[in-house]
Amino acid sequence: MKPEASPAAANTHETKVPFWRDSEKRSIVIQIVALIIVTGVSYYLFTNTQANLARQSIATGFGFLEKEASFEIGESLITYSAADSYAKALLVGALNTLKVAFIGIILTTIIGTLIGIARLSSNWLLSKLAATFIEVMQNIPVLLQLFFWYAIFYESFPSPRQALNPIKGVFLCNRGFIFAVPEAHSAHTVMGWLFVLALIVGWFINRWGHKRQNLTGQPFPAGRITVAAAILLPAFAWLAYGAPTAMDMPALRGFNFQGGVTISPEFAALLLGLVLYTSAFVAEIVRAGIQSIGRGQIEAAMAIALKPSKVLQLVILPQALRVIIPPLTSQMLNLTKNSSLAIAIGYADFVAVANTTINQTGQAIEGVALIMVVYLFFSLSTSIFMNWYNKRMALVER
Amino acid sequence: MKLTKSIVFALSLGLILVSFAHAGKDLDTVKDKGFIQTGVNGSVFGFGMPDEKGNWAGLDVDTARAVAAAIFGDASKVKFTPLSAQQRFTALQSGEIDILTRNATRTLSRETQLGLNFVTVNYYDGQGFMIAKDAGITSAKQLDGATVCVLPGTTTEQNAADFFRTNKMKWKPVVIESTAELAKTFFAGRCDVLTSDASQLAGARAKAANRDDYVILPEIISKEPLAPAVRHGDDQFRDIVDFSVLAMINAEELGITSKNVDEMLKSTNPAIKRFLGVSAGNGKALGLDEKWAYNIIKQVGNYGEVFEKNVGINTTLGIERGLNALWTNGGLMYSPPFK
Repeated sequence: MKPEASPAAANTHETKVPFWRDSEKRSIVIQIVALIIVTGVSYYLFTNTQANLARQSIATGFGFLEKEASFEIGESLITYSAADSYAKALLVGALNTLKVAFIGIILTTIIGTLIGIARLSSNWLLSKLAATFIEVMQNIPVLLQLFFWYAIFYESFPSPRQALNPIKGVFLCNRGFIFAVPEAHSAHTVMGWLFVLALIVGWFINRWGHKRQNLTGQPFPAGRITVAAAILLPAFAWLAYGAPTAMDMPALRGFNFQGGVTISPEFAALLLGLVLYTSAFVAEIVRAGIQSIGRGQIEAAMAIALKPSKVLQLVILPQALRVIIPPLTSQMLNLTKNSSLAIAIGYADFVAVANTTINQTGQAIEGVALIMVVYLFFSLSTSIFMNWYNKRMALVER
Repeated sequence: MKLTKSIVFALSLGLILVSFAHAGKDLDTVKDKGFIQTGVNGSVFGFGMPDEKGNWAGLDVDTARAVAAAIFGDASKVKFTPLSAQQRFTALQSGEIDILTRNATRTLSRETQLGLNFVTVNYYDGQGFMIAKDAGITSAKQLDGATVCVLPGTTTEQNAADFFRTNKMKWKPVVIESTAELAKTFFAGRCDVLTSDASQLAGARAKAANRDDYVILPEIISKEPLAPAVRHGDDQFRDIVDFSVLAMINAEELGITSKNVDEMLKSTNPAIKRFLGVSAGNGKALGLDEKWAYNIIKQVGNYGEVFEKNVGINTTLGIERGLNALWTNGGLMYSPPFK
């Protein structure tokens, strides 16, 4: 090692500094040693595990994924039968986890924000109700809440034969919430695409409107136009196709309802438990975010005669979001990870399917590795998206 | 800081796997400990569940006690680990328990891929369906469209799928991890049908408040030979566990019970003398005390006694001997000669 690498030391003292005194080189050496140790230990662990598995004659590898799963799954977003492979069964599980996490995150954000704002309301009753909700939900373990909601569904709702039938085509019983949906028709695809088109066009209009407002000060009702387009365009398409009104009506045949769409008690209980539990935390985060904004800001906004809703929308939220987003991200991750409690109440999420797979094949290490990879993937994706959003929302100095 | 953390983490991970590696010979481990750690169900009445006083009771529990009596001469030297269907094999593989007596079905893939050795069957079971009487169903073939409560990760899940597939019927499984929670869900009406081994159905029904409202359908859709299991790798230990089960069956064949075993010591029948260790040989061959079989029968009882005490016709379960009768009575229980 030569001292030239550290010019500052060479210039002032003109003496050779041994590398262990040079913090820069020392840290490089330490990092190399650390890397060697970590690699060595990992290699040892890997080979040791392999040797042990071989010694106990436990099969290894991911070959089992292609075998026939030969077990049934309660609910699935894609067509699945017991004749499909383990890989497909696991995909069904992953999609079920994704479904509950996605819907859960959206509902949690909305409910949490509303309750957080209600907590700060000047209305005494509203604010106390919100506070009670937060305290109760936050302080009961989420697993208990899941059991509670699940028990409510299967204990207090009637059997399918005595199903509650509040309006035509809607049934409520201990098999779930069953409702009629429009029968499949080619118009629906067109309506879906028009809806998406309306949203895309709306996004561009919104951008243009912002630009114009920045230049001229004239606001443009881009939001209202988008909503109108998103409703009217599909509606016109529906009329153009001769207004198909056929409904897929659920009817009790044999043991259960056939037809329509069923929301199972397992899914409903899991979603409800996760959303209520997490939204209590989100409410506190939102409250903290709003309270972090100086009183002067709000008074100034009110002084220029902005409506309270506009004060919230234009002054408070844009600033509060900077404080809110990072902890909000971690709550979203919590919700996703807590969804693995599904197995306790019989929702077929990824962990439940992977557990059955592990038991039937005995491939515990591979199965658990898959569980970890899938959750890591979900969590990192959420994290990346939220970090991107956070960067967009962060204070932009002009 | 990061470095120390990662080293500590890596080392602790290493220790876990290393200890997994050097479990040693199972019999030596058990003898050193002075007791047997056994995996049991924990919530199936009649097979493995603590009674109201907190004492473990059941057919599987008594099987484990028999092994302890054989090795230590003391049936109480057993500790019980309640395991879910999903934990049980991993617990055995990793050395957390020494034997598994938890109504586990012997199958080819478990024997090979899981690295387990199942020994003699201690209960011949089969999967059935339980349904509320007022559904008016008399055969499992009428279950098209039913919602079925089923335990995860067992052969039960696969058997049910196979049964419905073969009979071209649609069904919806509700899969819940804990046996107790599953039964509660079924009795509350979430499912039309509960499927499990017939013995477990009887057990669940015995615990229900309105037990007379439910029937077990006549179809038995699978063979479930339930047997204790040990890990691969220690054949002597395997033999001991195997012959502990067989000793209970053999004693019933020979007419030896926990009550008459002391008189039987004076018997002149050479088979009984060999079995009870009056003529030496069997104990030494297994590496045990010559009184091992005597201890099992004296402290635990023969198979018939254990069956009647835990699950028999006079218990709340009220299960007939059926397949579990001695071969001389039309059952499948049969012991090789003890010589």
